[in-house]
Amino acid sequence: MFANFDFDVIRRSLPYLFFQGMHFTLTLTALSTLGGIVFGTLIALMRLSGYRLLGRIAGIYVDFIRSLPLVLVIFWFYFLVPYIGQWLTGASSPVKVGAFGSSLVTFIIFEAAYFSEIMRAGIQSISRGQPAAAQALGLTYRQTMRYVVLPQAFRNMLPVLLTQTIVLFQDTSLVYVVSIPDFLGAASIVAQRDGRLVEMYLFAALVYFVISSCASFAVRQLQSRVAVIR
Amino acid sequence: MNYHWNWHIFLDPNPMGTGTYLDMLLSGLVVTIKTSLLAWIIALISGSIVGVMRTLSSRAASWIGFAYVEIFRNIPLLVQIFLWFFVLPELLPRAAGLWLKQLPDVPFWTASVGIGLYMSARVAVQLQAGISSLPRGQRQAGTALGLTTVQTYRYVLLPMAFRIVLPPLTSEFLNTIKNSAVAITIGLLELTGEARSMEEFSFQVFEAFTAATLLYLLLNVVVVTGMRLIERSVAIPGYISGK
Repeated sequence: MFANFDFDVIRRSLPYLFFQGMHFTLTLTALSTLGGIVFGTLIALMRLSGYRLLGRIAGIYVDFIRSLPLVLVIFWFYFLVPYIGQWLTGASSPVKVGAFGSSLVTFIIFEAAYFSEIMRAGIQSISRGQPAAAQALGLTYRQTMRYVVLPQAFRNMLPVLLTQTIVLFQDTSLVYVVSIPDFLGAASIVAQRDGRLVEMYLFAALVYFVISSCASFAVRQLQSRVAVIR
Repeated sequence: MNYHWNWHIFLDPNPMGTGTYLDMLLSGLVVTIKTSLLAWIIALISGSIVGVMRTLSSRAASWIGFAYVEIFRNIPLLVQIFLWFFVLPELLPRAAGLWLKQLPDVPFWTASVGIGLYMSARVAVQLQAGISSLPRGQRQAGTALGLTTVQTYRYVLLPMAFRIVLPPLTSEFLNTIKNSAVAITIGLLELTGEARSMEEFSFQVFEAFTAATLLYLLLNVVVVTGMRLIERSVAIPGYISGK
């Protein structure tokens, strides 16, 4: 079964797989998480703001994005981002946006919907007395959120946010559909060039498995560490 | 924007000779539904078995359940589908591999099995949580009545657990539908795939994707509405969600 398993093809392509592919995957994961959390928090604040209209807009956005497959959203933005760029810069023809830029926009917009649900749960988990106390101390809405509510919401939700980041890390492999060489894309390029599908895909699976399980183990450790005792 | 909108494109005949472009998208929708349903059946059956295993007192069973969940959860779905599609036929004995490659509709079966097993890990986790949320007394009462372990699960624990975890299972079913779009990578012409090929034939990219988006939203609404009805009729009296 593994008689003509070629380990050398893996060894030869290691620099390409990790310095190009994994580098792309990890950068995309990190930046999308950051952007997703920032925008997700803003959306969550909109939903909880008490303004009917803002809340409705945010709610529709979240429900809309969450009912679409990521693959379809990737295609949407792959074709749409050049036109958005043209509109923003006022150029006469669609702007050429690199693979990285277009997938970053996609993932931030897509993941913001998921992160906003996490942050909403986090904000709602803060007891009512906290913002009330902040207001009694004379803090403005902004200060209440900045110094009282959000720090605690982040802390409570840290394990969930990190778990979502692991999901996001796995989801970045879907940029394969628009032929972007992330880690899986790089593995698949080598696999098809050398006719070594079995080796490359098994190796890719192993790498994803090791990274994701180590990360989720670390999250579980962290969870017991940061849990606030009440 | 110098993009030429043409909403009449849906009524134009498609180059495959199978009717209009709209027919093409609708046939994609049917494939999406079929793939999701088969995947969901697979996910429910194997997920239930694994979920039950994780709650058994046997060390080995719960360890196997744990390993199963970890493996299927920590490898991206796309990689799993590639493993089933490209790698499995090569690892099997030659004859079996050839037979597998020559099956009609390989992408459909591979996608259903691949997505089904991927989702089964999630179903298992939900069901395990449902079973462990039951008071210990239920299991003990079953034992005290002289029920065997199988009977305890069949008549006492599972009927309660499934009804408790129905709402999270609904969202897992919605995830299954969304995940079926990943099958485009192995050439399955489901909804996203048909939208993509419509874009390639007609160059009307935004019309094609708008239609696909609307169909996904519609499918979502239908499933959510249907499941709410089921959830309401099976809700356990006395629980917050119950009557």
